[in-house]
Amino acid sequence: MRLTLATATLKRHPARTLLAILGIAVAAALLLDMVMLATGMSESFRSLLLTRGYQLRIAPKGTLPFDSEATIDGATAIVSALRASPDIKAVSPILGATLSILAAPIPSSFALGLEPVVQGDYQIVHGLDMRETGDVVLDGVASRTLLDRLGAHIGDTITIASGLDAQLRTSARSRRVVLRGEGRFFYVPDETPVLAIPLTALRTMLGERYRDRMSLAMAESRASDSASVEGVRTWIERTQPRITAISTETAIRQVEERLSYFRQLAFVLGAISLGIGFLLVSTLVTLSVNERRGEIAVLRAIGTQTRGVLLQVMLEGAMLTSAGVILGLGLGVVSAQWLNGILRDFPGLPASFDFFVWSAKAAWRSLALLLVSGALAGLLPAWRAASIPVARALRDEAIG
Amino acid sequence: MQPALPLIRCQDAVRTYPMGDAAVTAVRGVTLDIVRGEYVALTGPSGCGKSTLLHLLGAVDIPSSGLVSVNGRETSAMRDREATEFRLRHIGFVFQRFYLMPTLTAAENVELPMAEAGVARRVRRARALELLGYVGLGDRSSHRPTQLSGGEQQRVAIARALANAPSLLLADEPTGELDAETGVTLLELFARLNRDGTTLVFVTHDAVVASAAQRVVRLRDGRVVSDERNR
Repeated sequence: MRLTLATATLKRHPARTLLAILGIAVAAALLLDMVMLATGMSESFRSLLLTRGYQLRIAPKGTLPFDSEATIDGATAIVSALRASPDIKAVSPILGATLSILAAPIPSSFALGLEPVVQGDYQIVHGLDMRETGDVVLDGVASRTLLDRLGAHIGDTITIASGLDAQLRTSARSRRVVLRGEGRFFYVPDETPVLAIPLTALRTMLGERYRDRMSLAMAESRASDSASVEGVRTWIERTQPRITAISTETAIRQVEERLSYFRQLAFVLGAISLGIGFLLVSTLVTLSVNERRGEIAVLRAIGTQTRGVLLQVMLEGAMLTSAGVILGLGLGVVSAQWLNGILRDFPGLPASFDFFVWSAKAAWRSLALLLVSGALAGLLPAWRAASIPVARALRDEAIG
Repeated sequence: MQPALPLIRCQDAVRTYPMGDAAVTAVRGVTLDIVRGEYVALTGPSGCGKSTLLHLLGAVDIPSSGLVSVNGRETSAMRDREATEFRLRHIGFVFQRFYLMPTLTAAENVELPMAEAGVARRVRRARALELLGYVGLGDRSSHRPTQLSGGEQQRVAIARALANAPSLLLADEPTGELDAETGVTLLELFARLNRDGTTLVFVTHDAVVASAAQRVVRLRDGRVVSDERNR
């Protein structure tokens, strides 16, 4: 009956109720977006780093991966040593360089030299993966951006070159590459054209200086718990003094430190939206209670306990908030996607990086917080309504 | 033969309440007994304290001094929770402005006190329909108050007041918002209720309406000035 009465009360002023629900929905959406933003970037970064299960990044001593032009010499020995460790499941060496593309609408592309079997940089979305063959024509995997800019399709052949002399229009080395597939490159910005070719081929193209070099490597620890990964990391740094090994956890910690201001901002905005939701419900319920002083006094007179009035009014607040939260959930997800689309266009961001990441646990927690806050927002007006001296309210009503 | 035990005993009841900076004494030492089965009108000019006295008799309010007991229980000794429970079980209220919940149907309005009393949904629905039938609104149970006339709304309010089979029915200016003809119909309903065993006390400033009761208690300035029985 209480539910029927609460529903009926809210239906009494449909426009006002609808506006309040919309207001709460906006507050809920903002809160949800802020929670998604606050936790999303580090979660996105974590899942980005762990896309293919590699928990360790190995870069030249004192640098971060692709943070400089520096490369690691003696790559073969290092990779072999790491692969020999029983604690390491897989190692993927990577060499990055810029290569020219001959007779093409764009002069160059970023190239990644990878070992196809262990690579963790891309995922095939169309066509086939590249193979490490001894053929004259290389296999390659291109990003969507590269295909678009070249006006090429899967199966087309292009010519790549290194050491291009722009004046003489000559190159030191060139190779033909058949584009066997389209790849989604996790760590490279969407707007950057990328071509992946076998590591050995890229080393050869770059010349003798790069014969045994890599820009970085990714390693996967056999055991995935933090302590074991950290143990492997320590072992790598101890046995390979020329390199720096960074674990995903360390990288995330560093990112979180850099994003702390961002998170604080999200937290403050989230708290503000929570406050707005609270005030909205509180205002509306207070208004409704003030209008119904006589009605509430009559309810008390005919035998409704103080607790009953309290529950009744709080139920109205909770119902308003629930409706707003349900609507806000959808609104929050849609607006997060929209905002994510805008922010992802920011140049230089990895293709797989998201600002707003849906985390069911965080979302439910924040929406539950809003629900509790909505019910509490009804508490004060509910208490005031329940505490109305019945005789006085009836007298006032009779006079009024 | 033993005299009937009073259902209501009011002894030297005084009620003073603050109004702004001043204190207003609405009821000044009223002594009154009402026995079970009586049909009483409290009448007098506006501001004479009749509604305040009705609130005292209905355990809605307690006297500043003196004593009011209903069904053998002193209202001043009851805590708010007990008084509310007492009203729910033993007293039915009818108000001048009906005070029906506008978004509930007539039947749902009648069910309200029964829901508070924890009566099962099916039982209370059946009783609500029975009571609406008793007050002549059997065919209006699913109508909302706005779809009913003033007289019909007041009859729904009476059905609501009777929901938990109270031993006492109190009405504050029950005909105040009704036209003369509808007022007469309502008084006929009250008379029928009384004949069926309900003790009834109502407040009115209208001497003609008051004359419908078996006993008329006149108040002036918070005091009883006459207490007469109609033939």
